[in-house]
Amino acid sequence: MDNSKIGQHISGQFNKELEDIRNNVLTMGGLVEQQIEKAVEAFMTGDMEMAELVIKQDNQVDALEMLIDQECMQILALRQPAAFDLRLLITVIKTINELERVGDMAERIAEMAIRLSDTDGNKHEQYYELQHMADLVRDMLHGALDAFARMSIENVTAITGRDEDVDREYGSIIRQLITRMMEDPRNITRTLDVLWTARALERIGDHSVNICENVIYMVKGEDVRHMTQAELEKKIKG
Amino acid sequence: MATENVRTHAIDMDSILRGQAKPRSQQETCIKIENLKLFYGDKQALHGINMEMPRKRVTAYIGPSGCGKSTLLRCINRMNDLVDNVRIEGKILLENEDIYNKSVNVAALRRRVGMVFQKPNPFPKSIFENVAYGLRIQGINDKRTLDETVENALRGAAIWDEVKDRLNDNALGLSGGQQQRLVIARAIAIEPEVLLLDEPASALDPISTLKIEELINELKEKYTIVIVTHNMQQAARVSDYTAFMYMGELIEMGHTSELFTNPKKKQTEDYITGRYG
Repeated sequence: MDNSKIGQHISGQFNKELEDIRNNVLTMGGLVEQQIEKAVEAFMTGDMEMAELVIKQDNQVDALEMLIDQECMQILALRQPAAFDLRLLITVIKTINELERVGDMAERIAEMAIRLSDTDGNKHEQYYELQHMADLVRDMLHGALDAFARMSIENVTAITGRDEDVDREYGSIIRQLITRMMEDPRNITRTLDVLWTARALERIGDHSVNICENVIYMVKGEDVRHMTQAELEKKIKG
Repeated sequence: MATENVRTHAIDMDSILRGQAKPRSQQETCIKIENLKLFYGDKQALHGINMEMPRKRVTAYIGPSGCGKSTLLRCINRMNDLVDNVRIEGKILLENEDIYNKSVNVAALRRRVGMVFQKPNPFPKSIFENVAYGLRIQGINDKRTLDETVENALRGAAIWDEVKDRLNDNALGLSGGQQQRLVIARAIAIEPEVLLLDEPASALDPISTLKIEELINELKEKYTIVIVTHNMQQAARVSDYTAFMYMGELIEMGHTSELFTNPKKKQTEDYITGRYG
């Protein structure tokens, strides 16, 4: 891992503060990844204890967000950072916001797991189509956090490119769910809950893309939001 | 009665976006430095500096001690002529005229290019006479002209309200921050085109510093300003352009907002973020 961007300040204390912030972001990222994993597992297996654990642990994610925000604010106020240091802090502030939202999505998936298990017992094998999508977005989030940790934009376009796959998958899940609702209106309540879950997974993909864009800003100093995938790839190469 | 709904007006996105991207290339150059080299005896202090400073904008020079930023600043009104053993090569064009041309009257040049130093240096005279001094040596003695010019200069330097009731008191009785603004008033009383500020706020407390910075912001409406400062945040706050110098060379010059968020050269980045050079 390349720490040279953070170390090397004449003020050792400043190095330490930035290093702490980065580590806290990675801790928060790891926690959020775990939350998704557990929520999806609870959803697939109907493990209610696990779902409740996910809901309970969301406040840890929130607490980390507030802590990191506070640390960033301290540095902005006391050290007036510039150039890469400034971009790092802006990126952190935005990234933890994305992570907090991802945490909320995990919580929502856990809530849906509980509701579905209340309404239809153990029919969880029907949700296998969500498993693939969940794997996709977890990979994306992992890659985005990895890019942040390495402060490298080498692989980011590969991650942002996968968002199209996620959207396609989401579209196909919606079509399946609509068919299911038309087959038997008694399925509607249940199916809507599954749809919410698919929606939550799709959003996690979007948040991962946003994190990638933040990392590009941090490394290159260029604002690449609202670009198409093709424009983004061109920008990174150029 | 027609009620006006303030929120019904259309949002003019075009003008908002235009405002963000101010046309940058159209600014006219006031001072152009061409391949300027300066030697103190055998030692070369400036190594071929090239830069252009736009009119009615603030340009800040930053860099570590001994990088040549004050030396460069002093070249602009030929203050280095007064130093023994100095040899200067290259050109400085002020409004397209080379100020190092033999035909240039140095006293006239310094009237066009005023300078303010780190330590306030008022004359041991009254506040009024300090500001009127430049006019008097130009032969202006008409009381009404003097009164008017002194008042305008003191207002321009944002110190009029503090001294208007004691114009005849000795200037040395003022506080450091007031003295510095008085010196700026003295410099602008003779209506120069360019103001050179060499660490103008480094001997002042934070509030006086902010007053000087606010003043610089007002003065750029009328003057082209070049400021040397050790305080990078100050450069970031007051200047439109920043030049980073190191070991007698200009490393990077650009729009202040860009130089402080996304510098192009590693040396600049290391300096402004406080890393080992």
